[in-house]
Amino acid sequence: MILYLQLFYEFFKTGLFTVGGGMATIPFLYQMSDATGWFTHTDLANMIAVSESTPGPIGVNMASYVGFITGMKHNGTPGAVSGAIIATLGLVTPSIIVILIIAMFLRNFRNNKYVNNAFYGLRPASAGLIAAAGITVVMATLFFQDTLAEGFSPAAINWQGWVLAIILWILTNKVKFTKKLHPIVFIAGSAVIGILFSMSA
Amino acid sequence: MKLLLDLFLTFARIGVMTFGGGYAMLPILQREVVETKKWATEEELMDYFAIGQCTPGIIAVNTATFVGQKKKGVSGGIIATLGIVFPSLVIISLLAGVIESFSHVVWVQNAFGGIRVCVCVLILNAVVKLFKKAIVDKFTLVIFAVVTLGSCLTNLSPVIFVLLAAAAGIILKALGGKEQ
Repeated sequence: MILYLQLFYEFFKTGLFTVGGGMATIPFLYQMSDATGWFTHTDLANMIAVSESTPGPIGVNMASYVGFITGMKHNGTPGAVSGAIIATLGLVTPSIIVILIIAMFLRNFRNNKYVNNAFYGLRPASAGLIAAAGITVVMATLFFQDTLAEGFSPAAINWQGWVLAIILWILTNKVKFTKKLHPIVFIAGSAVIGILFSMSA
Repeated sequence: MKLLLDLFLTFARIGVMTFGGGYAMLPILQREVVETKKWATEEELMDYFAIGQCTPGIIAVNTATFVGQKKKGVSGGIIATLGIVFPSLVIISLLAGVIESFSHVVWVQNAFGGIRVCVCVLILNAVVKLFKKAIVDKFTLVIFAVVTLGSCLTNLSPVIFVLLAAAAGIILKALGGKEQ
C-alpha cells in the first residue's frame, strides 16, 4: 500500500515538473531510480527503447512500464497491473488539474508575459536535463562499468557499441534515405545487431 | 453519457495511432478531432497544442484534457485523458510481462545490449533538436550548460533545476534576453 502511494507521489511530481514532451520525463526517472532503487539504469534504458517502439506517448508508456516493473517486484502480476495504473494516473493527474484550471479561468495563459519568459529559461533547462540523462546512458552503455571502476583504460571502452552508435548517428542524421525513418526501425535493427554480435555486456 | 464514451474511444484510438507522442500526434489529432468529430476548429486545436507545450506534463495528455473539457466540462476532460492513456497501459502491461519472463534468455539480453546503444543515439538526437530550438542567445546557452553540468555532477532533483530555470527565465528576460 505504502509502495503504491509512493509510486503515485513520484509520478505526480514527474507530471507536475516535466516540461515539453517525449524524452522530458527521462531525467526524472533517472532521479527516481537513484532515490528509490525500484529499477536500475539498465532497466530504464531498456524501457526507453520499448516505449519508443510501442503506440502511445513516450512519457505515458514510460510511466506504465516503470509502474509495472516496480509493482511486479513488490507483488507479482496483480501488483504489476496496479503499479502500471497508479503510476500512469499519478503522471496525468497534475495535467488534468492544471489544464482544467487554465481552460476555465485563464484563457489568456499563452499570451501571459511571465509564462513566456519562464519558458525562455525552461526550454534550455529541459534540453540540459535530457543531455545529462543521455550522458548517464552513454556511460552505462558504451563503457564497461566494472573495468571503468579500476581506472580508465582502453579495455573499459565498449568498442562494438561505439561503432554501432556512430553508424546509427550517421543513418539518423546524414543519410537522406534513412534519416526520416521511424526510430522503431533503428531499434529493431540494433536488436538484430546485438544478437549477431552478442552485445549483452 | 454517449458523448463521454465517444470522447474515451476517440482518444483511445488517437493513443493507439500515436507513435512517439508530441509532434507526431498532431496530424492524427487534426484528422480525428477537427475533421471527423468537429469537436474543435483548426485554430482552437493549435491553441490547445501550444498551451499543452507550456504547461506541466505530457503534451498529448494536456491536449486531450483540453478538448475533453471543451466538449463536456470536468468529466469530459478526465475521460478524454483516461482514453489517451488506456492503450499505453494495456499494451505496455502485456509487453512488459512477456519481456520480463524472457529477460533471462541470452539472446534477449544481447538484443537489448544492441538496443541500448540505439537509445544513446536517440537521446542525443532529441537533445540536438531541443538545443537548436531552445538556445537562442548567450543566456540560454549558460542555462543549458549549468543545468547539464549540475545535473551530471550533483544528486539534486530535476525539480530544483526546473524551478530555478523558470525564475532565471523571468529575470534574464527582464535583463534583455532575446525575443523568440
